[in-house]
Amino acid sequence: MSRNPLLIQHLLRFLTYIAAILVALWVLMPIYLIAVAAFSEMLAVYKFPRPFVPVNFTLDTLLFFLKSGGVMKSVQSSVVVALLTLLFSTLIGAPAGYAIARFVFRGRDAFRLVVVSTRAFPIVILSIPLAVMFIRWGMYDSIYSLALMHTALALPFTILITSSVFASVPRDLEEAAQTLGCSPLEAFIRISLPLALPGLAAATLFTFVLSWNEVFAAVILTVRNRTLPALVLTVLSESQLPYRFAGGFFMMVPSLIFMLFIRRYLFNLWGRVTK
Amino acid sequence: MPPIRRRQNWLPYLLLLPSIIFLFIFFAYPMVESFLLAFRGNDGGFTLENFNIMVKDVAFTPAFRTTLILLVLIIPIQFVLALTMALLVQAKLKFSGLFLYIYSIPLGISELAAGIVWFAIFTERGYLNTILMGLGILEKPFIFLGYENTSWILFAIVIAEVWRATSIIMVILVAGLQAIPHEFLEAADIFGANLWQKVWRVILPLLKPSLQVALILRTILAFQVFAVAIAIAGRGVTLLAAEAYRWYNSYRNPHVAAAYAVLILVLSITSTVLYLWGLRTPEEQSL
Repeated sequence: MSRNPLLIQHLLRFLTYIAAILVALWVLMPIYLIAVAAFSEMLAVYKFPRPFVPVNFTLDTLLFFLKSGGVMKSVQSSVVVALLTLLFSTLIGAPAGYAIARFVFRGRDAFRLVVVSTRAFPIVILSIPLAVMFIRWGMYDSIYSLALMHTALALPFTILITSSVFASVPRDLEEAAQTLGCSPLEAFIRISLPLALPGLAAATLFTFVLSWNEVFAAVILTVRNRTLPALVLTVLSESQLPYRFAGGFFMMVPSLIFMLFIRRYLFNLWGRVTK
Repeated sequence: MPPIRRRQNWLPYLLLLPSIIFLFIFFAYPMVESFLLAFRGNDGGFTLENFNIMVKDVAFTPAFRTTLILLVLIIPIQFVLALTMALLVQAKLKFSGLFLYIYSIPLGISELAAGIVWFAIFTERGYLNTILMGLGILEKPFIFLGYENTSWILFAIVIAEVWRATSIIMVILVAGLQAIPHEFLEAADIFGANLWQKVWRVILPLLKPSLQVALILRTILAFQVFAVAIAIAGRGVTLLAAEAYRWYNSYRNPHVAAAYAVLILVLSITSTVLYLWGLRTPEEQSL
């Protein structure tokens, strides 16, 4: 075995790289393939054998999708819902995240535990009673109600990510500012907030993607005011292939971009429950 | 540990208050409401009729069975793949940041989009048939997603779910791996442990808390899978969450839909308790 340890070590290293690249291809290949279908001309979608590079690279298929009935309106609804979700969950969740990061108080661990366990709460269970409640309150089929529902889903994540962001901002700086004559609020706004801003931005991007992707609650809580995934899901079985492929690709785009910005913070979201 | 602040005792509670109120209205109250819906008849009295309708429906048994089959098939594959990915990310390769980014991309991809992606691959005139025919394995396109071919449909859903939802486990495991002290692995090296022994004897036992969290999350999420199946198979297969959706949307019966929701909640809680109990760590062993 150990005749030439250096050679074996190099070989192992090489195999590790091969494995890492293969896994990367496994992740990327399907994204590439749907992109090929989305950027090919419409008729190419029916071609068989399927081409592996775009046929006459064009935006026609994507434009066809965007111009199909109700798509633009649903994209607009999706963006509004996602932005509202981002706004609500930051306004409600960030103070809680700050409290967990900065203070030790009775009930802190209990609150953390509640937040951590609601992180995986089944959407299915909340959507149906909420639909009934929204009908009762005259709030059904509204993108604002859906944004409230999405805020409920996003809130645990916002609290966890903001608490870890604020925890990483040195407390000494805030205290130093206070000794130099800032009020606590001023110290927070002028010292902690700017330092926490990149992390907070990542948290808001995450909530945006979460809301943009969410389909079960969206399809239950809306009828005429569908978000994009809800619309695509309901018309999927009657839709043509170009519509499906362009739609699938279009829905993926925000996540591809946002992942780039939030990857550093992923571990704060999904790390271990125990500290 | 953040320093203790004795003054302003009310401030943290004030900061938590909006979250608590919101979680109460949009988590606690709907949960109670879903039980009320499920156990209440049209006259408002207590009844098991909704559950009776649910269980007697022809779609119930297939939905239940398929949900469990998918769970049992998907989770072990995902854990092996996620652990491989996590070890690769932690293997101190060049570009490991790039690999981590690529591996975590699916985390941001929706169930529906993932379903459509794999539909494009598995459909009759799709990419998989193109490859298989190109390699000379097939003479003519094979219909993977035909209605009489449930096992191939399940296969496609398994692949799609493994593709989409393994990243989340990987992230949890990488976080767990990073918490393992270097000395432990160095000690294993000194004693001449090979990779396999290191994984089995050192990494996995120390990773148990992370594995537990990942298992709980994955299982709960698996009970909610629905859009992937619709995108890949249409009405070809049905799942518990898809039935809840159908009873609400197509049959306009929120009571039976709520019965499904309660069933999914009970299954989620049961599996969580089982994992917590089955993978419990005695105090002296915990890291």
